[in-house]
Amino acid sequence: MEKALILTLAADRLDQLFHELQGRGYECVGPTLRDDAIVYDHIESSADLPRGWTDEQAPGHYRVKRRDDDAYFGYVVGPHSWKKYLFPPERRLWQLKRAGQKFDRTDTPAEPPRYAFIGVRACEIAALKIQDRVFTGGQFTEPKYAAAREQAFVVAVNCTQAASTCFCVSMKTGPEAQDGYDLSLTEVLTPEHSFVIRVGSDHGREVLAALQTAAATPAHEQAARAGIENASQQARKLETAGLKELLQRNFESEQWDDIAKRCLSCANCTMACPTCFCSSVEDTTDLTGEHAERWQRWDSCFNPDFSYIHGGEVRKTTASRYRQWMTHKLSTWFDQFGSSGCVGCGRCISWCPVGIDLTEEARKMRESEGTCHEGS
Amino acid sequence: MESKAAEMTTAEPLLPEPWIVREVIREMADVVTFVLEPGEGAAAMAFKPGQFNMLYAFGVGEVPISISGDPADVSRLVHTIRDVGLVTHALCAVQPGDVVGVRGPFGSHWPIEQHTGCDIVVAAGGIGLAPLRPVLYHILNHRDQYDDVVLLYGARKPDELLFPGEYDAWRKAGIQVEVTVDNADAAWDGRVGVVTTLIRYGKFESDEATAFICGPDVMMRFTAQELENKGVAPDKLYISMERNMKCAIGFCGHCQLGPEFICLDGAVFVWPRMKRLMLVKEL
Repeated sequence: MEKALILTLAADRLDQLFHELQGRGYECVGPTLRDDAIVYDHIESSADLPRGWTDEQAPGHYRVKRRDDDAYFGYVVGPHSWKKYLFPPERRLWQLKRAGQKFDRTDTPAEPPRYAFIGVRACEIAALKIQDRVFTGGQFTEPKYAAAREQAFVVAVNCTQAASTCFCVSMKTGPEAQDGYDLSLTEVLTPEHSFVIRVGSDHGREVLAALQTAAATPAHEQAARAGIENASQQARKLETAGLKELLQRNFESEQWDDIAKRCLSCANCTMACPTCFCSSVEDTTDLTGEHAERWQRWDSCFNPDFSYIHGGEVRKTTASRYRQWMTHKLSTWFDQFGSSGCVGCGRCISWCPVGIDLTEEARKMRESEGTCHEGS
Repeated sequence: MESKAAEMTTAEPLLPEPWIVREVIREMADVVTFVLEPGEGAAAMAFKPGQFNMLYAFGVGEVPISISGDPADVSRLVHTIRDVGLVTHALCAVQPGDVVGVRGPFGSHWPIEQHTGCDIVVAAGGIGLAPLRPVLYHILNHRDQYDDVVLLYGARKPDELLFPGEYDAWRKAGIQVEVTVDNADAAWDGRVGVVTTLIRYGKFESDEATAFICGPDVMMRFTAQELENKGVAPDKLYISMERNMKCAIGFCGHCQLGPEFICLDGAVFVWPRMKRLMLVKEL
């Protein structure tokens, strides 16, 4: 078997990657430091990356801190995920004018965006694949998602450290990207600051060919492996064996009431989650009533009116809303899309204002069932 | 219908097509039936009994509404709507000549064509008769394909009975129609009680019966359970669920009930698939 091509790119040549992608018509988006968080945004060059920064995460806790080196990707994931580019938080779906017995569409459907995603972590590639199944894998296809996804160029970055909130190892989604990328980078600081690069697609191969790379030495490969191994050391675990059945057996567990005492039903977890896909629409008109628009916005199962039907909301209590979210994410997602809806990125844990930790809640659910069975 | 689904995969899936209101029938104070024909750019629609459309009141919003007309007549589309909110209020106010937006048809259907040779029990509560009327029309069009057919229908009050002008025609066509109300008035000389009290009057063989049930959750739950107790096979009992829907194509997430998307997997479900889920509060 032909050995997979592994090259290195010196850190001071990283801008060659940006230039090459920009030259091919891609808009580069990736991590950048804003408002004391690492968020995804338009980036022009390596100068826009949060070089020398890292993040410190824990339940309900996120802080950026200075590193003692100049690593470009020395942090994990922040509050944003790539879904905001493929499935924007807010967008107009159409504009119509009522004209006699027909509707005239008055907006011009936009050309699909052509993004290069810089710094996609392994758990995030898993999340992209999950949203692919949601929006393009079923009976219907979401055309705007499909078009943007088709265009996207994915530059993966393998994690070389984990936050306390990370549990990708439990979810078998990381820390090393196995596929689903055009190029994958592992940043190493020894033997010199550089990126160990693997090719994942023909597009990736073409882009890489335009960069001034060198063959990876054993020292580079060893440093890359050591970094990934370091990121694999994760204290947080989610026991997934039997979890799907556990949660569907426990719709009426008292644990949900216990969580509801802490949960603010604020929807932060669903906004930060890279796989949550729920949306709502709003229909509006101008003052004449003859021009109408439909807007789509991210919605959340934590919003009371999410389940509204005439007569009231189906899920009136926070307990029922948290149960919907967690059971969907970790259990009924399998029934619907053939996989877990969780990739172990830990965003819902860090960005929960009261620090609710779904790995801990799953563990408690498991324990409560054990206790219950012993007692009965 | 398959080509229709394929078409929608490439176009903007949430764009309604214009249909023209040809006729408006005021069924009761807050319920309207309207008849639609395709407007410019809209195509005639084949549907199966129990399927629904997303109906759009221009600029106001969109709601899922079951089709209440005859599935054999594809030249027009009939919907029956109760005024319960902003969008249904606007839809109930339409006049002949107005344009209504339509997307669909969506969802599963009452599998009436798969149960020829059976006794058929149609059990409806309140406006739940509207999604079942296409089943009755299908039976009327193919009466000889079915054995005994029974309609068990209940409403809260006599003046809330839907389609009362059609019961005699259904009876003449060989359908046993049993009607009850929860609260009678002085003029009512019919049966009083909930729908389940009608089951004992139905002339059907439990072991040969297929039942289609539509109404409030609690009505469907008790009716399905009683029919099951009476000996109807659980997998021959069907109910139609209602939940919030924004897209009807499995993307918005609103209509989930446990593992099910009501829009894709339902709205019509075989009873064993819903039995446990319906007992869980606020699921």
